[in-house]
Amino acid sequence: MAILVIAEHDHTSIKAATRNAVTAATKIGEIHLLVAGSACAAAADAAAGLTGVSKVLVADAPHYADQSPENLAALVVANVASHTHLLAAATTSGKNFMPRVAALLDVAQISEIIGVESADTFVRPIYAGNVVATVQSADPVKVITVRATAFEAAGDGGSARIESLGAGPDLAQNKLVGRELSKSERPELTAAKIIVSGGRGMGNGENFHRLLEPLADRLGAALGASRAAVDAGYVSNDYQVGQTGKIVAPQLYIAVGISGAIQHLAGMKDSKVIVAINKDAEAPIFQVADYGLVGDLFEVLPALQAELG
Amino acid sequence: MKILVPVKRVVDYNVKVRVKPDASDVDLANVKMSMNPFDEIAVEEAVRLKEAGIATEVIAVSAGIANCQETLRTAMAIGADRGILIQTDVELQPLAVAKLLKAVCEKEQPQIVLCGKQAIDDDANQTGQMLAGLMNWPQATFASKIVTAGQLATVTREIDGGLETVEVPLPAVLTVDLRLNEPRYATLPNIMKAKKKPLETTNPATLGVDVSPRLKTLKVAEPPKRTAGIKVADASDLVMKLKTEAKVI
Repeated sequence: MAILVIAEHDHTSIKAATRNAVTAATKIGEIHLLVAGSACAAAADAAAGLTGVSKVLVADAPHYADQSPENLAALVVANVASHTHLLAAATTSGKNFMPRVAALLDVAQISEIIGVESADTFVRPIYAGNVVATVQSADPVKVITVRATAFEAAGDGGSARIESLGAGPDLAQNKLVGRELSKSERPELTAAKIIVSGGRGMGNGENFHRLLEPLADRLGAALGASRAAVDAGYVSNDYQVGQTGKIVAPQLYIAVGISGAIQHLAGMKDSKVIVAINKDAEAPIFQVADYGLVGDLFEVLPALQAELG
Repeated sequence: MKILVPVKRVVDYNVKVRVKPDASDVDLANVKMSMNPFDEIAVEEAVRLKEAGIATEVIAVSAGIANCQETLRTAMAIGADRGILIQTDVELQPLAVAKLLKAVCEKEQPQIVLCGKQAIDDDANQTGQMLAGLMNWPQATFASKIVTAGQLATVTREIDGGLETVEVPLPAVLTVDLRLNEPRYATLPNIMKAKKKPLETTNPATLGVDVSPRLKTLKVAEPPKRTAGIKVADASDLVMKLKTEAKVI
């Protein structure tokens, strides 16, 4: 009896969040990793090197190139035998196909777990992270997505064996037309050690980039945003931190011109150190900030930049 | 084409929820309830598709206690043509809701089921995907743009790192993201009109669906509280503290 973790990858490397899902799986039992892709031998090799993984199952076929949820779910369901748990990272990809897998297996899914109590009992946040629930599953197969920020990333140093797997059918229900990815030299938001985040207080998109980018670059930080900043069009929505955006837990989160609505706090309140820069001393963000600086961000940010040199 | 929009009654998004003293659940007594914000966006989109002459009928469906009919009336005030209430006092989990929706889909034969991407209470983000799986229909989740042409929907999806566009043949299940649209306010005349629109009530037994919960909640708790730290005087004080005290830069 083993756990099947479905790896998220770009056909050459394994996505960071999968490493966190592997760590969550080590708390339950033996780990097999499924890599479904097209010309994905490099990703399979990378998967075999993850600490804690005993076997990598590879399904290599052209119809897994786009990772459509229909094809992926069918493949996972066909290979569930002898696995007691199915795990994937709670990324947009994991959230997309895993509930489909659960429905096809007629079992419940446990979403975005932040803790493993035992093989059938898990902890997960509800109500935008304002409540944590401990839930127990009686289903024969546990289908679980894992909140990456709640578990350490599995390192390299493993040497799992690689087995190839027969491909499932091409259901051809979903055709990828194109992807438009935000290009950035900065670290990925969900994996960054430091995040500098801006809100409506930035005033406009130009200020956002002019004032926050140099600070982020100086600190080697990723850039984030509140929903207000995204809705106002300052930055694109993949910057958004919050219940409906990305969940982050960096070492340092610097919130600039962000009031701290429940929705935003849900996405960042597990950060190790929170700094708030806001001119409104009553802003809710100061109730969770370790260091608060009440002041006009248009004066504070240049001063901060000068101070950091 | 017919569009089915599932709507959920949840605690209003502005409410700070509290855990019951016995840690069994969240205290929902006398708390303001509203339509799940993502579902409002789904209803708005369906109504816009009707106004554009693409949809012929918009059906709102909700499962839960009798009070869910208020949520259905709200959907009808936005512009849904009729409502279906699947009434039950049993706690409904996403798999059960997906099965109930499957039964409704088989009866109503919609071309599109437009769901919110997640409910802001259980934060599960499962029901639409589960329904698509049970119906063996394609799915396009986290939609920020939907264009239909004939038997095809072209959907722009919000993914980690940006956007992607997919084409799915209909019938399909689409789940909507916040960016899709700005829901309208229901006007008083429309709220009055909504009271006269047909609302059919059924229940899980009639639909032949077993809705017993699969997951047992052992306890709920408040997460560890974060407390306010200190206020610093200026930028240099802040940098000094981050370097020497917090040691994060």
